[in-house]
Amino acid sequence: MSYTEATLQLLSPAGALVESDATAEYLPLVEKLTDTELREFHRVMAVTRAFDVEGTNLQRQGQIGIWVPSLGQEAAQVGSGFAMRPQDHVFPSYREHAVGIIRGIDVIDIVRLFRGLTHGGWVPEEHGNFHIYTMVLGSQTLHATGYAMGVSLDGKAGTGNPEVDEAVVTYFGDGSTSQGDVNEALVFAASYQTPELFFLQNNQWAISVPVSKQSRTPLYLRPGGFGIPGIQIDGNDVLISYAASRKYLEETRAGEGPRFIEALTYRMGAHTSSDDPSKYRTEEETAHWAALDPISRFETYLRSRGEGEDFFTDVKTEAADFASDIRRRTLELGVPSVDAMFDNVYSEPHPLIAEEKQWLEGYEAAYAGTEAGE
Amino acid sequence: MSEFESLPMAKALNAGLRQAMQDNPKVLLMGEDIGPLGGVFRVTEGLQAEFGDKRVMDTPLAESGIVGTAIGLAMRGYRPVCEIQFDGFVFPAFDQITSQLAKLTNRHEGGISMPVVIRIPYGGHIGAVEHHQESPEAYFAHTPGLRVVSPSTPHDAYWMIQDAIRSDDPVIFMEPKSRYWPKGDVDFADRGRTLHSTAVAREGTEVTLLGHGAMVSVLLQAADLAAEEGTSVEVLDLRSLSPIDYGPILESVRKTGRLVIAQEAPGFGSVGSEIAATVAERAFYSLESPVLRVSGFDTPFPPAKLETIYLPDADRVLEAVDRALAY
Repeated sequence: MSYTEATLQLLSPAGALVESDATAEYLPLVEKLTDTELREFHRVMAVTRAFDVEGTNLQRQGQIGIWVPSLGQEAAQVGSGFAMRPQDHVFPSYREHAVGIIRGIDVIDIVRLFRGLTHGGWVPEEHGNFHIYTMVLGSQTLHATGYAMGVSLDGKAGTGNPEVDEAVVTYFGDGSTSQGDVNEALVFAASYQTPELFFLQNNQWAISVPVSKQSRTPLYLRPGGFGIPGIQIDGNDVLISYAASRKYLEETRAGEGPRFIEALTYRMGAHTSSDDPSKYRTEEETAHWAALDPISRFETYLRSRGEGEDFFTDVKTEAADFASDIRRRTLELGVPSVDAMFDNVYSEPHPLIAEEKQWLEGYEAAYAGTEAGE
Repeated sequence: MSEFESLPMAKALNAGLRQAMQDNPKVLLMGEDIGPLGGVFRVTEGLQAEFGDKRVMDTPLAESGIVGTAIGLAMRGYRPVCEIQFDGFVFPAFDQITSQLAKLTNRHEGGISMPVVIRIPYGGHIGAVEHHQESPEAYFAHTPGLRVVSPSTPHDAYWMIQDAIRSDDPVIFMEPKSRYWPKGDVDFADRGRTLHSTAVAREGTEVTLLGHGAMVSVLLQAADLAAEEGTSVEVLDLRSLSPIDYGPILESVRKTGRLVIAQEAPGFGSVGSEIAATVAERAFYSLESPVLRVSGFDTPFPPAKLETIYLPDADRVLEAVDRALAY
């Protein structure tokens, strides 16, 4: 349920830097981080949490159909998100809000998705190569692997120039590891030695089913059977998430083949706003993980480095403003045009779609101005 | 200017794939056993030797993996052509085809295209074991976002595979495997029809027969037999199952007043059922008899020794012709 002897950690739950032989190779990567970068880690985690709280509130008030919180998983996402380079591509599941923020999406597009205005939301190439959310569990891991095969075919991995070489990151959860697609993605990634990082956020629960039902073996051991190196990290430690992702991304970018990280974290909130976690997990468990909160842990660390109260106050203000801005913009969102239903089913003209669109226009026009047509 | 050569469909497809790969370096082939072996039907024979193993990829034995990674490659700008070894093996990839490939352009609000071709050898007549003789085209024709085509001649196979690869939409390319071996003239200079068009395979006046893939040769045989008995039968080759080119179908029905649709697939919820309904809606006053369907039975495809009973043949088609003429 919690950390194991294999779990790599740089920041203890008490917020102190941990030095050990196991993490010796990761520490220098963290020591290179500037104060500004460390502040940015905290800022994005705090903003993401405020966004999640606001998303849940908007759902409770009927403004969003469903909300999928990332609450509790901020460190796993922020660490790995900041470890990427601009040219990298990201194939998320549907809970990677913090990674999306880092890669430059406008999170109102996530709101549009869950408000029922779109099935997608953004153009990946214009938003940090952050691909759109995938609702079928694990499907995106194959897309990521195929994309990474394309990177290799293009000769954009293993050239030795880290500014040019590209890597692909795919996010998925503990429930998804049982899906055939994830296992097939690991097979293909190993066979074609893709420049790819499999980033598993093990948040302990697939809706109501515990990870023990998904696997009898620690999940970081699975990739070994596919010939892919894997490690387990403390996913609530933003520093190890950053350092491990950085190291593995540089290795895979350099053409050394795919890599796998299991980040142990916890879904502090519900699976979605439709879920009731009190039906299947104990207060003891949630209290245990509350004590391992990724944001307060990192805040303690920053304070121990001398970060002043002003910074934390500013971040609080910024997060609150961010949330209220999202609320305002959510209430301003319109309804998509009916044309949108027909226009992008195919890239090329399609007679049946054209005919149905035209029929609907005539049908609507026939009732325009009548009570039924209001 | 015509340049004819007589080829079996498997070799015509091979030539079409080679041409598409020469025309566009982004075209890739992926599938099980398609490399040194050339595929179990030898459709890709020699292509890996010619284009290398990066463009003709022997994949791990996982259909969802093949289609799922093809999607990623298409996002990267490639135009993958996936071979599914047999009709009944497409279902492990069904989710990636129907929930991902078919919907990704729509999900991206038109921001990306999905130029992926999925070749599926389908249909009976080869005496094979279970899962090797099925006709699953209706599942794909029912799915918005996919295009579904099936050539019946080597000439069409040569041109249609190239058109499918050029399409920016996903195309399910149904290859009637029993027609891989009979030879037919391929005109390498003149494509003839566009991808999504219904063709008149034989002109006639009293009854229209419509089918696709291997069924077209059965219909032509039935038309010969009918002619011997003095009945003039028109044969249409559907070619495109989604979208359907209704122009030639309606034109023919307006002329003959009678339509018999033949298919190997089970009749319930089939492409033939869809066409029957549409013709009834659009050509009601031209019809002299109900539209009749001659289909595979609504049973699992039977063991090989029973396949000739299951599959529509010329006699079953002519029985329907007689019924149509009796109205």
